[in-house]
Amino acid sequence: MDVIDILLSANFWAAAIRIATPLIFGVLGALLCERSGVLNLGIEGIFTAGAMAGWMTVHLGGDLWTGVLVAMAVGALFGLLHAVLTVPLGLSQHVTGIGVTLLASSLAYFIYRNALPQVTSPPRIVPFQPLAIPGLSDLPFFGPVLFQQTALTWLAFALVAIVGWVLYRTPLGLAIRAVGDTPQAVEAQGLDVHLIRIGTVMAGSALMALGGAFLTMSAFDAFFFGMVNGRGWICIALTVFASWRPGKALFGALLYGAFDAFQVRLQTSLGGAVPGQVFLMLPYLFSIAALVLVARKADYPRALLVPFVKGQR
Amino acid sequence: MIGLRLEPRPTPAPGLALAARIGAGIAALVLAAIPIALAGAPVGKAFALMAEGAFGSLFATSETLARATPLILTGLAAAVAFRAKLWNIGGEGQLYAGALAAVAVGSGLLDLPGPALIPIVMAAGMIAGAVLMLVPTLLKTRFGADEVVTTLLLNFVVLLVVQMMLEGPLKDPYGMGWPQSAPILDQAVLPKLMPRMRVHTGLVIALVVAVGIALVMARSVFGFQVRAVGENASAARFAGIGVTATFIKVGLLSGALAGLAGVSEVAGLKGYLTSDLSPGFGYSGIVVAMLAGLNPLGVVVAAIFVAAVFVGADSMSRGVGISSYIADLIVATSLLCVLVGGLVTTYRIRFTRPDPARS
Repeated sequence: MDVIDILLSANFWAAAIRIATPLIFGVLGALLCERSGVLNLGIEGIFTAGAMAGWMTVHLGGDLWTGVLVAMAVGALFGLLHAVLTVPLGLSQHVTGIGVTLLASSLAYFIYRNALPQVTSPPRIVPFQPLAIPGLSDLPFFGPVLFQQTALTWLAFALVAIVGWVLYRTPLGLAIRAVGDTPQAVEAQGLDVHLIRIGTVMAGSALMALGGAFLTMSAFDAFFFGMVNGRGWICIALTVFASWRPGKALFGALLYGAFDAFQVRLQTSLGGAVPGQVFLMLPYLFSIAALVLVARKADYPRALLVPFVKGQR
Repeated sequence: MIGLRLEPRPTPAPGLALAARIGAGIAALVLAAIPIALAGAPVGKAFALMAEGAFGSLFATSETLARATPLILTGLAAAVAFRAKLWNIGGEGQLYAGALAAVAVGSGLLDLPGPALIPIVMAAGMIAGAVLMLVPTLLKTRFGADEVVTTLLLNFVVLLVVQMMLEGPLKDPYGMGWPQSAPILDQAVLPKLMPRMRVHTGLVIALVVAVGIALVMARSVFGFQVRAVGENASAARFAGIGVTATFIKVGLLSGALAGLAGVSEVAGLKGYLTSDLSPGFGYSGIVVAMLAGLNPLGVVVAAIFVAAVFVGADSMSRGVGISSYIADLIVATSLLCVLVGGLVTTYRIRFTRPDPARS
């Protein structure tokens, strides 16, 4: 198969968007947290916990949207844990985040294993179905690419706009950006810096969990051990690449999705001439390259990683 | 409303620091009672089985010490890097790089007598780990790329390299098709410390290394530079310390230590390399380092604690029928507990009451 053929196939772009969707949620979540000044390395574990919680809710008989809400609530709870430890208590955001990741993923695995001790093949649920829109879905090219994605993909696109609107067009967004840049100024306005940071980290973590839930409830129909596979860390890299902007986050996630979908197709078309692992490495190397490319000129939120102590400069 | 205020202590309290760490370990075990009880298992019996599984017999103790060996080394790897605030979260990848180098050199490439081959295998593993860590360190110092993300992502890359090598050039021709490396040559195997027990000379090496690192960190100019860079990099630079050079040196040391953990697992315990050599020793090493307060000798104690949790949880999970992921849960909880416990040593916690004169 030729490179041009790949790029022109609707199948390829549909896969790119599918791969990008969890990352859109994850990058939006990470950029919200970081915009308020908190690096949330709990992301990898929150993805896992969200994937498990959403799937388990549906497996136990809940409907899909209840699963989504449960996953988001679980994400928000781990966000609260991370925020309480790093914001009022001012603990190292790096180490706390790793701790939250270890806790969230081991808790998810523990609960899954205890609930389903003897299964050899993971039980399946009926996941979100493609949202076919009569007329539009039959369009050549755009039909299969856009109008056969699930509702969660559309939610991801909508959230890009919503997060962008909140951050740049509302007083709340101004406050979030300000606590991540000059928290003293926010305090001088009589607002509670800690409260804004805790709330933002909870909201961001809920979005991360939604990214995980997409994996078990839309991309696949079961929960696997190690299924998140570094997607959370990739989101942290893409957040820097996106310079903490929702629009660029969408672009970065789609670029990654296209790259990942491309390597899979290249791999099949080369037919085993190159070991498959070489291609599987590419997305990680791509993320590292994306980070390195922008790192020097990255405009980090100025108060990122800096705990805020009331009345102290 | 009663508020809570953290007041910095003028000097950190060393006695409290130790108490806080031991307390964190105990707190994590106590908190683990909640999921054990929720899973419907008898809590008392579970903990008894856990203690017995970890230390109940000579064999159990040997298993715990064998499990602690790589954790001491990955714990040291994290401890030295974190001291300079170089966040090396790539211990897992560096461990695999070390293991890969060990089997590449030690499974037939060089057929030397043991006293010559063992040091070469160890050096190869340490160099592999160090070179792997050099990449994120340089990306940090040259391009300002956050080493947390790059080291984490490289873990996945290295594991894929290992799988690729085990299906390709390093595949054991007599391995019945399993993706595993050829075995380490007999004379390169680290001798067992006791007959019929799995604890091996790697433990002695790890202990010697821990003492060596403790001396280097406490007594040498390099140790001073690492601490200075970690405390305040710009002040260190102002004082004439080469901050970049210090990052590179400590990164190399950290990577080498994690690489040595890989050598020890391959040459001391397993005998050959598979892609499931490490059940997360690199990540657990971070917990070990934090439990130890980044103190190299404390790392030994913390590694034995974490190893005991893992080994003990295996018997516990078999005995009372709950998932052995309880061990990961306890280890993760102990990391968060030790972070919170650390506040007690650096801050005084004051409860503030509203000033009656003002209300």
